[in-house]
Amino acid sequence: MNTQSRPISQSFETNGIAPAALSPTRPIYWSLRREFWENRYLYILPSAVAAVFFFGYMISVIHSPGQLRALGFMYNHDEISGPFDISAALLMATAILMSVFYCTEALHSERRDRSILFWKSLPVSDATTVLVKASIPLLAIPVLVAAINAVMWLLMLLLGSIVVLATGGSIAALWAHVPILRMSVLALYHLLTAHGLWPAPVYCWLLLVSGWARRAPFLWAALPIVAIGGLEKIAFNTSHFAGVIGERLFGSTAPIASTTVFPTDPMTHITPGAFLGSPNLWIGLLIAAVFLALAVRLRHNQESI
Amino acid sequence: MAPVIEARGLRRSYGSTVALDGIDLHVEEGRIIGLIGPNGAGKTTALNAILGLIPYEGQLTVLGHDPWKERDQLMLDACFIADVAVLPRWIQVSQALDYVAGVHPRFDRVKAESFLSRTTIKKGSKVKELSKGMVVQLHLALVMAIDARLLVLDEPTLGLDILYRKQFYDSLLNDYFDRSRTIIVTTHQVDELQEVLTDLMFINRGHIVLACSMEEFESRYLELMVHPEKLAAARALKPMHERQALGRNILLFDHVDRKQLVTLGDVRTPGIADLFVAVMADKQGNQATLPQGVVPGEFR
Repeated sequence: MNTQSRPISQSFETNGIAPAALSPTRPIYWSLRREFWENRYLYILPSAVAAVFFFGYMISVIHSPGQLRALGFMYNHDEISGPFDISAALLMATAILMSVFYCTEALHSERRDRSILFWKSLPVSDATTVLVKASIPLLAIPVLVAAINAVMWLLMLLLGSIVVLATGGSIAALWAHVPILRMSVLALYHLLTAHGLWPAPVYCWLLLVSGWARRAPFLWAALPIVAIGGLEKIAFNTSHFAGVIGERLFGSTAPIASTTVFPTDPMTHITPGAFLGSPNLWIGLLIAAVFLALAVRLRHNQESI
Repeated sequence: MAPVIEARGLRRSYGSTVALDGIDLHVEEGRIIGLIGPNGAGKTTALNAILGLIPYEGQLTVLGHDPWKERDQLMLDACFIADVAVLPRWIQVSQALDYVAGVHPRFDRVKAESFLSRTTIKKGSKVKELSKGMVVQLHLALVMAIDARLLVLDEPTLGLDILYRKQFYDSLLNDYFDRSRTIIVTTHQVDELQEVLTDLMFINRGHIVLACSMEEFESRYLELMVHPEKLAAARALKPMHERQALGRNILLFDHVDRKQLVTLGDVRTPGIADLFVAVMADKQGNQATLPQGVVPGEFR
């Protein structure tokens, strides 16, 4: 093509185009915000679960305040901390559900609605996008759920204290049995280890399949697991594979020493050193990294569906 | 100055279908190129290869980058609107502005907001609440506020009414285009582009069948509405295409002296669409796929 120009009316911005520097953290930050814009359930759902539980707790203590006061005097630890443990367990189950749902959709919905063409029209690499998406179940959901859990516990404790005070009891026993600061730190530790790092290979597998499947990514992700588990059962009448997957997904006791107490119990003995030194953790993380690398490659190579 | 796009033997096939059959491209800075071809000609495939969205065979350099390997780097200097509405339906207008401003160092938010202020789009609306035309307007506002060196528009005005299409091309020329930018645009509404383009490229069945600048187009191709009694004389000059309109024969000539033609009837510059039909008929050699009223001319 020749280089002559056709005369056209135009505004001259002859100072040219300045070179642009791309700060590496900005795409990461904005990609993360984008995930929360798209997936508002990530904070709405655990907040709603916490609110519902708090409402139930409120009815329970107002309905029989004497019981709470009496419990405080009886130093019955399990009965005081029971609602705190149950509420935390509910939020952890919510975290697992959200992570599974998020991972099966994360790389699928952008291809389904073809918005991947919009995301790819911007200077954000496929690796950034995939890693940010992986950080949602591995990091963001545990931290967020632990924070919501801590707020819920604080409100429960304040409500319990008001009721105990109003009925003439002493709150010292109540506060001694639920040291929520320590419990919240334990909850954060548990969520990050048992619900973040430990199940990483399962979540990254779901992410990979969501970037590969043309439709029904959850079915495609579950199919090989069911098939391998079923084959093992028929061939050897064992269920090790299903056991490994289940143990990965539904929380492990690897981060703590004892299996007899609830992971956020103040008496729990945590063993971060042993956990971080366990080969099983690193084998899992290695598998997760391979799945993520494949997912990045797939997003680079694949066109929208 | 290095060319904006340099391609040698660019080839891409999907299974046994060859979408691009070894095309060569050389695009200089400051051009507005119309890439025109029938459906399935390979337009979108060519643009996707240039944007690093699909792998290809052959050599391709865009703004000094290998698009397939360095898409994210390329997207600092290039931007595009794909041929389908691709803005995510859940995003709010203000979020889209925030996001592009966040990830693109060359995005001018003030400019985007001034484009949007000329429309009826509200910042609090989600994309799914906007009409089809408004989504296109929003996407254009985002893209035109990016200070890019290469802008690729694949059917940018699809779904827009004629008033907005006119307004779009006006603002593309007046507010956006300058000689340090390059624009590649595909559209089926070719005649609306005639005043906009600096270069023309016809593509068919994976081949580039015509590439010329608009000056060349205007000096090279002439359309003659022939006086009925001069028809035989005109046909003797070997028109590349002949059609009938309003009971008169219209002949399209390539490389024939204007002075020679004015004696035979009314001479004018053909529309891009007419040339396109002529070139396609010429290459295909059959009229089965042509619109009614078109007769094949004498082939060169």
